[in-house]
Amino acid sequence: MHFHLTEEQAAIQNAVRGTLADSWPIERIHAFADGDADFDRTSWDALMALGLGGMLAPGSGMGLLDAALVCEVAGEAAAAGPLIGQLLAVAAVDASGKSDVEALSSGAQVATLVHGGSDYAPSARAADLFLIVDRAKGVRLVPVADATIEPVKAADRTRPMSKLAIADGAGETLFAAADPMTARLADAALVLVAADALGGAQKVTDMSVAYAKEREQFGQPIGRFQALKHQLAHMALAVEPARALVWYAAYAWDAQLADAPRAAAMAKAHLCDTYVQTTRAAVTAHGGIGYTWEYGLNYWFRRAMADRAWLGSPAEHRARAADLAGW
Amino acid sequence: MDLSYGAAAEAFRAEVRAFLSLHWPPPADARSADLKASIRTFRALATGEGYLYRAIPKRYGGSEQPVDVIKAQVIREEFARARAPMEVGGNGMNMTVPTLLEKGTDEQKELFIRGTVEGDYIWGQGYSEPGSGSDLASVRTKGELSPDGTKWVINGQKIWTSQGMQSTHMFMLVRTEPDAPKHDGITYLLIDLDQPGVTRRPIRQMTGEEGDHTFCEFFFDNAETPVAWQVGERGQGWYVSRTTLKHERASIGGADGLGKQFAKLVDLAKEVGRIDDPIVRDKLAQIEGSVLAHRYSSYRIFSCAAAGEDPGPVALMMKLLLTEIGHEMALLAQELIGEHGFLEPAGAGGRGNRGPRGPEKWLDQIMGSLGNSIAGGASNIQRNIIGERGLGLPRDLAMSGER
Repeated sequence: MHFHLTEEQAAIQNAVRGTLADSWPIERIHAFADGDADFDRTSWDALMALGLGGMLAPGSGMGLLDAALVCEVAGEAAAAGPLIGQLLAVAAVDASGKSDVEALSSGAQVATLVHGGSDYAPSARAADLFLIVDRAKGVRLVPVADATIEPVKAADRTRPMSKLAIADGAGETLFAAADPMTARLADAALVLVAADALGGAQKVTDMSVAYAKEREQFGQPIGRFQALKHQLAHMALAVEPARALVWYAAYAWDAQLADAPRAAAMAKAHLCDTYVQTTRAAVTAHGGIGYTWEYGLNYWFRRAMADRAWLGSPAEHRARAADLAGW
Repeated sequence: MDLSYGAAAEAFRAEVRAFLSLHWPPPADARSADLKASIRTFRALATGEGYLYRAIPKRYGGSEQPVDVIKAQVIREEFARARAPMEVGGNGMNMTVPTLLEKGTDEQKELFIRGTVEGDYIWGQGYSEPGSGSDLASVRTKGELSPDGTKWVINGQKIWTSQGMQSTHMFMLVRTEPDAPKHDGITYLLIDLDQPGVTRRPIRQMTGEEGDHTFCEFFFDNAETPVAWQVGERGQGWYVSRTTLKHERASIGGADGLGKQFAKLVDLAKEVGRIDDPIVRDKLAQIEGSVLAHRYSSYRIFSCAAAGEDPGPVALMMKLLLTEIGHEMALLAQELIGEHGFLEPAGAGGRGNRGPRGPEKWLDQIMGSLGNSIAGGASNIQRNIIGERGLGLPRDLAMSGER
């Protein structure tokens, strides 16, 4: 029985956290958010230099849980770049055996995830490859030459989306719809977005707690006031127990348990709701400073909205979970 | 991660199962006409095998086993599967015995632990008073030494005592040093409730429940207890009581119970024909997200305990999480029972055989979920604990005298 992180897993998280603290500090987020780019080469290369790209390659010795732990830290840091798409593209291409994944694993080639039926993808203008995961149509890998990309003004400033037009049948089919890998990749994507949401929700809770300890009114830190203390306690209550939901979903996927698809749906629905609620609570817990652009809370707030909408809303996944339970 | 318990635990599980298949239900030749006697015999056998009372020394009636949370879990699972009696429950096992083991004198351990373990002594908690709830250290029930210095003489009132009508004894907080600062003037006493100076009265609950199983208030009018039954130093009772509350917190929870209750809620939705309603399905799945977060977090806490690691603030959150989920379930149940909510369920709030009950039986859960938000540390106190101990926020000035 082991259901908490190993020292090695905690060390991986700390390495990623340190790398992003150096390569993606808040000043860089500010500059990026007001720029036109949808990709940041410096922080991407720093992450890829850690060897994260190939985590989901069969035979890497790691699994979705490890990948989720990395995506959690990326969510915490509001990292730029299509990390989830990259991880899944390596998994998909390697498992299909159709081509070499070296350039993808190293991060030299950039791949982004396109959710079946959606017209949007993050960091599309930087992508060399588009991994389309569609439960109804299978998994395809489409080269940039076969995609039409229309930049849009994106609400999520850390992972800007672009609008895409990709012809049906473009690129190469990696897995048919009926191939079990299609559903597994779709499920894995849900778990990784849930992990991003977990990291972000934890980050804004930590920011709110730190601010409540430092900000003084009526001659004392505002965190001493019970009204705010209880609000912060509820933010933590929403986030910390939900961490185990992400762990379980990732573990169930790795162990190929029967309830893995349902666990992924539950984790995506629950964590994305939690992220939205927690970022809203964080703004109110901060007061005026939280409503400013300069303070930066809004980057996580916007990312929470994007995570919620990406790959299907919480209600959609709860409806799937209800069906999967046989209710 | 790995949710299996491992080969050693599975071998142990086989042993426990073999034991249970022989002894529970009791074989015909060992069956007593008196169920209580059968249970007592079974518990003694199970203790002899090291399955029950594992934290209690043998000399006091326990089985004195090394700490092994996996084995303990396997025992709970197998006993539950066989519907075999576990340890006696209640305040005695959860609070009195751990406190005595940590802070009691040898004489007190000799006098009380075995009787409690064997179910002969039933303990009521004498903490809250009408004027002292969350501000427990303000207790006013007075203890004065008898002129010869051998007895404490107690006057005052205690309230919210669960199992109070059955209790044979009470552990209580009594103000013995009226001039000391509030936390330093309290002494922790054990008292025999069968004496003329003690009057008890059941308090009827909002569920309608009354009589033997509800909580009680107690009046003390020159009640007496020997000085030798004082636990810890005179004036240090507040700090002695901190041991017990910690034990109580650890004993509330129960992911399996919550999971079963959620399954019943799904059954209710089917029974009343609402399971295909998309709004009901969404709400059920939403609640289940929290139910599973609670379940997997209890795995996490369990796993940390097995590895001797600190799970961190999540352990402080489990009671409030359980309570909050209970509220959500109550609200959905109320939606689902519809006009069945016009009916008072048979034997509302009570236990045992209550006769036929329809969907209106959810009134017990609907009201009971509120009880959960009060008993064993009220929800607002839990929020303080999460905020202060979990998040490191500064203490409320009014409470900063507490340690």
